[in-house]
Amino acid sequence: MQNVNTMKPSERMKIARQHSIEQEASERKKNFLEVSFGLNEERALIEAKRCLECKNPVCTEGCPVGIDIRSFVQLILQKDYVGAVQKIRETNYLPAICGRVCPQETQCEQICTMGKKHEPVAIGKLERFVADFELANNLFHPPTITERQEEKVAIVGSGPAGLTCAAELGKRGYQVTIFEALHGIGGVLRYGIPEFRLPKKILDIEAERIQALGVKIYTNFLVGRTATIDELFDEWKFDAIFLGTGAGTPSFMGIPGENLSGVYSANEFLTRTNLMKAYSFPEYDTPIRIGQQIAVIGGGNTAMDAVRTAKRLGAERAYLIYRRSREEMPAREEEIHHAEEEGIEFLLLTNPTKILGDKNNWVNGIECLKMELGEPDDSGRRKPVAINDSEFVIPVQTVIEAVGQKPNPIIQQTTSGLNVGKRGTVVVNDVQQTSREGIFAGGDLTRGGATVILAMGDGKIASEAIHKYLQEKKSPKKNGELKIENEVLATGAK
Amino acid sequence: MYLITHKEKLSPTITKYVVKAPFIAPKRKAGNFVILRVEEHGERIPITIVDSDTNAGTITLIVQAIGKTTKLLATKNVGDSILDVVGPLGNPTPIENHGAVVCIGGGVGTAEMLPIAKALKKAGNTIYTIIGARSKELIILENEMKEFSDKTFITTDDGSYGKKGVVTDQLKDLLDAPLGISAVYAIGPLPMMKFVSLLTKQYNVHTLVSLNAIMVDGTGMCGGCRVTIGGEMKFACVDGPEFDGHHVDFDEMIMRSRSYLDMEKISDELFTTQHQCQLEK
Repeated sequence: MQNVNTMKPSERMKIARQHSIEQEASERKKNFLEVSFGLNEERALIEAKRCLECKNPVCTEGCPVGIDIRSFVQLILQKDYVGAVQKIRETNYLPAICGRVCPQETQCEQICTMGKKHEPVAIGKLERFVADFELANNLFHPPTITERQEEKVAIVGSGPAGLTCAAELGKRGYQVTIFEALHGIGGVLRYGIPEFRLPKKILDIEAERIQALGVKIYTNFLVGRTATIDELFDEWKFDAIFLGTGAGTPSFMGIPGENLSGVYSANEFLTRTNLMKAYSFPEYDTPIRIGQQIAVIGGGNTAMDAVRTAKRLGAERAYLIYRRSREEMPAREEEIHHAEEEGIEFLLLTNPTKILGDKNNWVNGIECLKMELGEPDDSGRRKPVAINDSEFVIPVQTVIEAVGQKPNPIIQQTTSGLNVGKRGTVVVNDVQQTSREGIFAGGDLTRGGATVILAMGDGKIASEAIHKYLQEKKSPKKNGELKIENEVLATGAK
Repeated sequence: MYLITHKEKLSPTITKYVVKAPFIAPKRKAGNFVILRVEEHGERIPITIVDSDTNAGTITLIVQAIGKTTKLLATKNVGDSILDVVGPLGNPTPIENHGAVVCIGGGVGTAEMLPIAKALKKAGNTIYTIIGARSKELIILENEMKEFSDKTFITTDDGSYGKKGVVTDQLKDLLDAPLGISAVYAIGPLPMMKFVSLLTKQYNVHTLVSLNAIMVDGTGMCGGCRVTIGGEMKFACVDGPEFDGHHVDFDEMIMRSRSYLDMEKISDELFTTQHQCQLEK
């Protein structure tokens, strides 16, 4: 491909990385509006000029769905923003979501050539810019479906894995139906990720766009209960099924006091706020309780979402308690940084041992131990070790545990022949196929708790595999002629 | 949208609704529940499925109007719809032939007991039913329960109907009599289930109770409904809703169920003020 930018590489390197326009921390910690407004057109054009247009664009290899990053950045340079977003949509149907929640710093931007000596190109922000441009100017057109397939595919769960798999199969012309247990689609994008990081309006629009491909959506349908997997095959006559039911069952630490009133799993706390809009109580009926002092336990993105939500709900002091140091935190740097800006108090190298309550069974404190870092453990991170006699108590009236999630077991329990791993995850091969014919799976259900984009990558790989499976089933002789997009299979992060 | 096809008042505050839910109707078993959300701004609440009609594709719900959401539901009429209904949720009641069993329904809990008594009868049990309530007007489904019961007893706190007293008085008489009672199923207010369980423990009679914990999703996702059973954490929505009454930590559950009382009151008062005329109808 020809270079579009006439500037020399040395000139491009002199341009500073452009930053998003953001709500001031002092203001945003009082509201649920989006923190970042993204890049404006001027900044996006400057940022696009920083791309070195590498002959071998390694950035694409860092993308779990294999977006042609160089091409879409070149289209931005030519001010063809719609062309750019269409280029992205060839491989990723949900750019407005990915541009907001993907951890680009550990993916495409981590291996960006510009990033070797300077700051990497802000690929994620450019993705968001074109997606938002298309949305603001109402320029979306569904891709034309050239060939209709008669096979029916069921997608169980409408989170990032399921939505991606549904969109890809929809584009290929299959008869796709999504089954969602909650009353709104999106899975963790709806119940987990707060409004201030991903406005639910964006999700509603993406859902409409998936329906524009002919995909049917049933909400309030809990597969395993409303209909089992076997019934989806035998009675509903689906030819293949993709399971993307996520990791929705919360884990608890197992310390005394967890059943006191005022103790939430992060899942419950975020579901009440995001799905049920408890921040607008009593305009919305679902209540949520926030103390003047609150503590969130954990160091992942869910913990950051919970503690920043608690601050917005009115907590005067919001503590984040994490047993290792800041360096070991699994949360995205951007989320940690935003939390710090918003006045979240980090209690690092601190491990809760007991939740304390008053005579009415309400939380009134949390007892913790000070920790120090010892030898590295299996994960390579240095293991926290308790310091003797270092107990101390922090007064809090709300405790939120964000210490991990497991897959919901309902489908595994009601489906025979499905291999299930140690932590309740469904076992899949390299193309997301499960141990049972015709059933594919991906996302947190198979990973046990990862990121939105990895789930989308799985959904995409599964869509290729389902296509191959259905075509081979239809005409076994044509095996050799099938054009499977192997590069996607090869680049899919595992 | 889930259409209300039939509505009937069973008492001044307890209403029976037949709701179109064609996917749920053929799948539901005794003990299953649904989570419903009446309107867009509404909360999700668990309601036990009392009956279903596979041919008509309907389920029957019996609901007491005690708070905002249940009062809002009571303003809906035949032809109106409930926005969201998901189910059937929870594990079905384990039904076996115990010989002689006591089925206890307290207040609106009688509605939840009805399908269980029906299934237990079908399994060959001799059924002794106790229906209890504060007063006569809250005694519901007496005739329906009688249909599946070998003997039915009524108790009211104020003595306005049946025997004056509480269900445990009647239960003690049954346990003391030579009837060979080998299991007790109890559904009603938490204190009732607590005292039933305490009593049957003395007699070492297996007791099953249904825990109506605070829930959001009802599918095992939020953990809001966690209860302590024999010292272990369980989720009422996916591990229950029925548990061995002798192992339930009722005191903790009672405390947890009061977590939002003040906010529930705010919602209720706001709603009652806004809908005074509709509620009086």
